[in-house]
Amino acid sequence: MHRIALAHQTDFAGWRRQARDLLSRRVPPHAVTWSVGSSDDLFADMETSLPPVVDDGPVSVPRGFVALAETLVQHCDPERFSWLYSMLWRLRQEPRLLEVSVDPDVARLEAMAKAVRRDIHKMRAFVRFRQTLLDGEEWYVAWFEPEHHIVEANAPFFMRRFTSMRWSILTPDVSAHWDGSELIFGPAASRLDAPGDDALEELWRGYYASIFNPARLKIGAMRAEMPVKYWRNLPEATLIRPLIEEAQRRVNEMVRSGTTEPNARPQRPHQPSVPARPKGGTLDAVRLDAADCRACPLWAPATQTVFGEGNAKAPVMFVGEQPGDQEDLEGHPFVGPAGRMFDKALEEAGISRDRAYVTNAVKHFKFVPRGKRRIHQKPATPEIRACRPWLEREIELVKPRLVVAMGATAVQSVFGKAMPIGKNRGQILELDSGMQALITVHPSFLLRLPDEEAKLAEYGNFVGDLRLTAAFFGARAA
Amino acid sequence: MDLSRKLAILADAAKYDASCASSGTSKRDSVGGKGIGSTEGAICHSYAPDGRCISLLKILLTNACAFDCLYCVNRASSNVPRARFTVEEVVKLTLDFYRRNYIEGLFLSSGIIRSPDYTMEQVVRVAKSLRLDHDFKGYIHLKTIPDASDELLAEAGLYADRLSINIELPTEGGLKQLAPEKDVRAIRRSMGRLRVRIDEAGEEKKAPRFAPGGQSTQMIVGADAADDRAILSTSSNLYSSYRLKRVYYSAFSPIPDASQSLPPKAPPLMREHRLYQADWLMRFYGFDVNEIVEGEDGHLALDMDPKLAWALRHRERFPLDVNRATREELLRVPGFGKTAVERILTARRVRAIRAEDLLRLRVPVARVLPFLIFPDHSPHRLLDRMDLKSRLVAPPRQLSLGI
Repeated sequence: MHRIALAHQTDFAGWRRQARDLLSRRVPPHAVTWSVGSSDDLFADMETSLPPVVDDGPVSVPRGFVALAETLVQHCDPERFSWLYSMLWRLRQEPRLLEVSVDPDVARLEAMAKAVRRDIHKMRAFVRFRQTLLDGEEWYVAWFEPEHHIVEANAPFFMRRFTSMRWSILTPDVSAHWDGSELIFGPAASRLDAPGDDALEELWRGYYASIFNPARLKIGAMRAEMPVKYWRNLPEATLIRPLIEEAQRRVNEMVRSGTTEPNARPQRPHQPSVPARPKGGTLDAVRLDAADCRACPLWAPATQTVFGEGNAKAPVMFVGEQPGDQEDLEGHPFVGPAGRMFDKALEEAGISRDRAYVTNAVKHFKFVPRGKRRIHQKPATPEIRACRPWLEREIELVKPRLVVAMGATAVQSVFGKAMPIGKNRGQILELDSGMQALITVHPSFLLRLPDEEAKLAEYGNFVGDLRLTAAFFGARAA
Repeated sequence: MDLSRKLAILADAAKYDASCASSGTSKRDSVGGKGIGSTEGAICHSYAPDGRCISLLKILLTNACAFDCLYCVNRASSNVPRARFTVEEVVKLTLDFYRRNYIEGLFLSSGIIRSPDYTMEQVVRVAKSLRLDHDFKGYIHLKTIPDASDELLAEAGLYADRLSINIELPTEGGLKQLAPEKDVRAIRRSMGRLRVRIDEAGEEKKAPRFAPGGQSTQMIVGADAADDRAILSTSSNLYSSYRLKRVYYSAFSPIPDASQSLPPKAPPLMREHRLYQADWLMRFYGFDVNEIVEGEDGHLALDMDPKLAWALRHRERFPLDVNRATREELLRVPGFGKTAVERILTARRVRAIRAEDLLRLRVPVARVLPFLIFPDHSPHRLLDRMDLKSRLVAPPRQLSLGI
């Protein structure tokens, strides 16, 4: 039997050095015992000399093993070094073993590592500092009893969090001190070394009692996350039993006393400021009416009505399909990716968007939810019909000389029927009302084209269509 | 009024907000700074006997409120005692609690006083003072007032980690009936405004900091007539529209001084629990609302979790070969969580998974066995048994109060 003594409880470097040496001598796990601190001589006669080195090459371990081992040495189980060496031994033959978390040895190590991580987390949660004076300086001192050897590994967390404070965490194994510039570890401490009280704890207990809702007692859930072993160092824990005992009585009291009369002197009621209504028969008045439109079901899942915007006397009105995700959030038409494509093409055609009026055939965003995204849906004929009166009002009030229908939905709304875009685009048409109209593609069509060449060609065609509108702008300056 | 009395009133007034999360924000600490605070891992510093985590100092700035929401203990017509903190008091209390490691930070909300902008400005002043005067690096969650101005919203996002606006009720009808002054359109518009800014701050380097912990909301369950399908559809809509980090469900709980229109009754805690499970299935397990709530009945089963209920309705999809099924399929096995599924996928690349391995996956073995095929085990037509449900669903237990 070979006995290896490590320097201290979390001597990872020592374990690693010894494990490498043992491995190079092909010493199997069952032939080694591991201990911490100077060994006594009780088993001295069982000591055997180490076999010779047979393989001096580097020991390669899979990714993740070193981190696992560093965590594991903090565990309180005295067998941990032995388990780790056994794992190292197996890894030589089974290099992918760590991926098999259903293997009994791997499962054990993972469970132990999880226990250490939980203890680290719970220490961060349940350390309670008490304020005191040390040599005239404000100092925060906590007494804590961790289950594993985690204080050294965990102290930097407290240093990063309470950097401008001076603090000490005292535990039965070791103590950690931060004086504002240096983190020092000292010897074991006792509960009596820590202050017995802090004036603020009464206030904290008051908060704990008030934030508790007696109508939803879930003691199991509390105990699962805040095990009883931590309670003795939590100032609020003294309240747990009385709060539970009182809970049912308080709920019964609420139910028994039932409802109350409204306060005779209520709080000053809310008086929302109602903005002055715009004059009837204006675009602003129609916009306000449209904000409450419920003519089809699209309003409910959407954020808001997205009404047309731009020059109220524009000679040219652009009509798109419907607002998209971005337009729905911001309440303005053509501000998303298709809007940026539209702006770029307009600019290339030499047209200023300010001089035009831009709107959509359907004024709510139609979509289906998919996780954190909304998937655009093409509006159906009843929805296009339900929304058409708004477009008619916009045309009536803006009185453009030319209406540009971009995409199939806009065509259907503007012309009152479906018409193929390819055959009708690029020429000035006449509507039944006598107004002139132009058909082109919707800018989002350009975004969807998969191949770059087609995209470039279609973009050129789109800009070409937009150029046809320039003559209408020129004729009546905005 | 002394501070402890104020704290009692204003914490009591805040406890019906379920959220206490301190997660999902940018990682920072106070090294090199003048103050204290860090955001490494969301830590729950305590738990109350209601099973809820206490991570943040959760208080109202004032419980005086001009709104008369019937479900709310702070409504204008309620008889509860009123109190108001000064900005300085909240700042000091937050720092004092933080120094003693009681909390991760502050969750500040407020009753509406004077005007939305006035109220929001007071709330923002607390966050601003903590950040600028005290270099506080801990977590700050601010409740946002729906109609507050863009400028105040921008400032709130500059100092807060998370912002939230409560949708309160799943349907517009419910809101109209129980919270007549609230306007679901205004609430949604504000959520939209928050999303645009959060997206911008996340995508553009030059954009000002804006609520790196995202936004969340809360829905009250059981105060109105909305069924679970309506609730989950609203959640699904909100997640997709505003990229919420969380929708919290809060079982309507009896309050002291209840309104005559909403008499006190026991909170539907099991229903709330099932809704959280269903919410998880939608966000992490690839389920759609219409799969979780199927058929005429718009409610989730109370006697079993929604994934088991789905699997029992869809036995034709099982049993699955644990060594061949896809990730998406395995995620639908009742009793398998995300971690177990990832472990299976990793391990089976090295060697086959056997039934005995289930013990080490820490999954409920009896629950998963009928749905899976292993090299050493087949479920023997268990799926055809009419009594499968009763074999898998534990009889209801009396809630134990003993500790």
